[in-house]
Amino acid sequence: MAKLRGMNERIQKLRELSVTTPVHIDLERAKIETDFYKENDGKYSIPVMRAMVLKEYFSRKTLYLGDGELIIGEKGRDPQASPTFPELCCHSVEDMTVMSERKLVSFHTTEEDRKLQAEEIIPYWTGRSMREKILARMTPEWHECYSAGMFTEFMEQRGPGHTCGGEQVFTTGYMDYKEKIKKTMDELDYINDPDAVNKCEELKAMDISCDAVIILGERYHKLALEMAEKEADETRKAELRAIAANLEVVPAHKPQTFWQAIQLYWFTHLAVTTELNPWDAFSPGRLDQHLNPYYERDVEAGILDDEKALELLECLWVKFYNQPAPVKVGITLKESATYTDFANINTGGVTPDGRNGVNNVSYLILDCMDEMKLVQPNSNVTISKKTPARFLKRACEVSREGWGQPAFYNTEAQIMELINAGKNLEDARRGGSSGCVETGAWGSEAYILTGYLNIPKVFQLTLFDGFDQYSGKQIGLKLGYAKDFKTYGELWEAFKKQLEHIVNIKIRGNNVIEQLYAQEMPAPCLSVVTNDCISNAKDYNAGGARYNTNYIQGVGIGTITDCLAAIKYNVYDNQNFTMEELIEAMEHDFEGYDAIYRMVHDKTPKYGNDDDYADDIMQEVFELYRSTITGRPNMKGGKYGVDMLPTTCHVYFGDVILATANGRKAHKPVSEGISPEKSADTNGPTAVIKSCAKMDHLATAGTLLNQKFTPDVVAGEEGLDHMASLIRSYFSMDGHHIQFNVIDKQTLIDAQNNPEEYKDLIVRVAGYSDFFRNLSKPLQDEIIERTEQSFN
Amino acid sequence: MKNITNIQKFSIHDGDGIRTSVFFKGCPLSCEWCHNPETQRYEREIQYDPDRCTGCGSCVRACKSRAVTLKNGKPVTDREVCILCGRCENFCPAGIREMVGREYTVKELVKELMKDQIFYEDSGGGVTFSGGEVMTMDMDYILAAAKELSRQGISLTIDTCGYVPYEKLKMILPYVDTFLYDVKVMDPDLHRKYIGTDNRLILENLTRLAHDGARIYIRIPVIREVNGNEQNMKETIAFLKEHDIHPPQINLLPYHDTGSGKYPKLDMEYKGTDLHAPDKEEMEAFVRLFVEAGFANTKIGG
Repeated sequence: MAKLRGMNERIQKLRELSVTTPVHIDLERAKIETDFYKENDGKYSIPVMRAMVLKEYFSRKTLYLGDGELIIGEKGRDPQASPTFPELCCHSVEDMTVMSERKLVSFHTTEEDRKLQAEEIIPYWTGRSMREKILARMTPEWHECYSAGMFTEFMEQRGPGHTCGGEQVFTTGYMDYKEKIKKTMDELDYINDPDAVNKCEELKAMDISCDAVIILGERYHKLALEMAEKEADETRKAELRAIAANLEVVPAHKPQTFWQAIQLYWFTHLAVTTELNPWDAFSPGRLDQHLNPYYERDVEAGILDDEKALELLECLWVKFYNQPAPVKVGITLKESATYTDFANINTGGVTPDGRNGVNNVSYLILDCMDEMKLVQPNSNVTISKKTPARFLKRACEVSREGWGQPAFYNTEAQIMELINAGKNLEDARRGGSSGCVETGAWGSEAYILTGYLNIPKVFQLTLFDGFDQYSGKQIGLKLGYAKDFKTYGELWEAFKKQLEHIVNIKIRGNNVIEQLYAQEMPAPCLSVVTNDCISNAKDYNAGGARYNTNYIQGVGIGTITDCLAAIKYNVYDNQNFTMEELIEAMEHDFEGYDAIYRMVHDKTPKYGNDDDYADDIMQEVFELYRSTITGRPNMKGGKYGVDMLPTTCHVYFGDVILATANGRKAHKPVSEGISPEKSADTNGPTAVIKSCAKMDHLATAGTLLNQKFTPDVVAGEEGLDHMASLIRSYFSMDGHHIQFNVIDKQTLIDAQNNPEEYKDLIVRVAGYSDFFRNLSKPLQDEIIERTEQSFN
Repeated sequence: MKNITNIQKFSIHDGDGIRTSVFFKGCPLSCEWCHNPETQRYEREIQYDPDRCTGCGSCVRACKSRAVTLKNGKPVTDREVCILCGRCENFCPAGIREMVGREYTVKELVKELMKDQIFYEDSGGGVTFSGGEVMTMDMDYILAAAKELSRQGISLTIDTCGYVPYEKLKMILPYVDTFLYDVKVMDPDLHRKYIGTDNRLILENLTRLAHDGARIYIRIPVIREVNGNEQNMKETIAFLKEHDIHPPQINLLPYHDTGSGKYPKLDMEYKGTDLHAPDKEEMEAFVRLFVEAGFANTKIGG
């Protein structure tokens, strides 16, 4: 039997329980919520109703305090339980069967679950869920684009969130929040402010949310004492008493110790992620900096040492891993096929006043990720010019073990991106990347990812007069066929119009969804912990946060660049063949068109080789995408921006496109993140990095670059130096993010053929890591074929 | 002559840091174990991979000089008739015919090499001229490129076998950061047998170069049948000591046959089939000999 991971027996047991327990649906939340709605719907304002649901759940839910746990609390009844959110997406009985029986990312359901769903949950929520309300209000054009895979829609099954906790989450008790709420409430001007009544309802809701968290703390306090009473083992008895003592302080009051600070965070995490099912869960953000004051004080007081601190961090890691992402179905599953819920921790960086942010806790977090090797939380580092080499190299050392974590973010780029999007310097320094790579002002911003956009498919429409061969529908504008464009400039102009057309359809839909959430599905608890929602007396989902941003994530920049390069180079510049010949070859998936295939696939300049012919095109495409979206107003008083990241959506987007001009065959994945098209890069990692750096990262809110190395390349002290150099160089060119898969191709092929023997194999997918065995075959293939960089 | 077969980026085994290696085509030696046979001849040439060839005959039809014919279903190129126009390369549907060797102007070459400047600067790397034997190329060309790199502040390493007139090494010396200098076999007869020439000039040049102030890393390809024995290592050490040469680094490079697959592509025969690398313990013992003799920075691998 393989050695169990974890620094001691306690952690090993907790981790083993977490990784071996099957993920299962837990309908307790849905049942409590449904009963509550049946009895009370219409009695209260919407925000108050939402807060009361959370309070009801936390007052009645089954508590779990596992053997050996030091950090306590679960979203559901036990580890790997996945509560459902019928108010957002009410699963059919068939959905419940499919999710239970599908091979990948399955959620176990019982006969009893399906019965409850059929008899109580479905009858009440049919016609009332957000999913139904959203889909009913989308235009026919939106539906056609959506089902053809032009874009995805994040809020179709999950709530907006995409945020990350700030310092306040570690320094504020819920009684303190209540006091702030009361102060705002007392200041409301019911005479002159026409919105005062709504503000009052929102503040009441926030106040009830605080009560909900405090009640959960009190119930656990009681449970811990009861368990301590019965516990025969003296050591555990003392631990349970210590846990109870912690709960006399948090979550009601601000923490006094390192242990309490972690416990407080965890209660907030549970509250935010059970109030609704927001994307990317919730995250402690700059965990090292938030915990360091407690760490230093406790060490000074002699009540904490590194071993104890590490143990508590490892307990927290298990807690993250215990919570699978909410169950997804349909297209939403395709774009994000994973249990990972993207709680993303950025270690390192700078302090709010701009000094090096690495401290002792930062190194402990690296030790923790190294020991635990868990795909959740998404544990990453952010590297600034001021980051000591020792920290960077230690992070490289963990990363080169080949499981994709930590990924590396560029602190200065994150700050510039945030300032470019209108944040002040201090808020920018407090920010970082959450989810996959997207940047936000942590603790102060609602930055909502609204969906992926299939850029190569927009180009494909351009070649066929707006007609989509995949769905057989006229989706784009009728601007002519490929052969009608006499110059590259004419082709480009048509592409530009098609892109604008699709983006408009997407944004029109987004606006409706945003309004729906603002009016019908507020998140009062998330609002409590997000700066300025209380003082604005406004909900997170309605624009209450200090900053409000929406993103549309661009997918397939490598593929679209190579398509344009293939046409420009071969058809317009060198007349190697005509457009008609190329289209004919594409329509036959290049079968029997070897010469054209060879030309477009192997003899054309490609993105990822530091060749300006292709890279200039990438820059133009990026600039077009950016300028088409960035700066548009959203419904919360903020603006739109762009991210360049795919999660697993590049596989889905590729599946809905037939053969493309760059020689990519029908249904194959498109390029992921800002990485080059698969096997298009043949000049090694420095050329890839140079090409990628030609994109204006600072004008985005995040980009994602994947690099795969075989272990020998990064072996030894020199290997670490080379890795560190690549990172530093990419970052000095303003690159946003880079992640490494250090694994050899043969290992992956072997793992694909013998999944049972490689249960522990973790690979970086895109913005997160996952077990290789959990990935679909095409995604596994894609990871295997991602150009393996050679080093002599 | 100044043909280049490959410009290898992120080259991490040919000198310090992250480098770009330029492989020049043509070499005065003919080591049996050579793993870059495409850099032996000075002229450009067409290579193709017989294993992956489908025998479709596209190259035959593409060739205007009628240099390519099909024999037993495989194309055979008459290298006397071939004018190296490269037409067949573009018409091969399997993509396995390839022109080896390309000329770059100094400007083109330097532009390509400057692309990775940021990586050199962060890692303490630079450019390595390798081959083939770079010092047998057109010296005006090499000097012009070296001067331009030096002007741009880019560190240049020269990877040489040393079998060239000393004047050439002396000319390039001011622009070179480090020489990677191959010392293969100390016994002149063995040297002649496996490499085609004796080693007198090579060892003489090494001594002069060291005394003229060059920074030199000694590189010894270690082959059991040729030089992989204690006696050869001891003689090498004795030579370095006797001539007061103190290389900051010595690399013992175990033989590998990964280049053998390249020979058939060039209609060449690999003669090193009976050669072997010493085992790990032997290699470590050789390293110890050097370390004990005062050459502390001796290691296995480049």
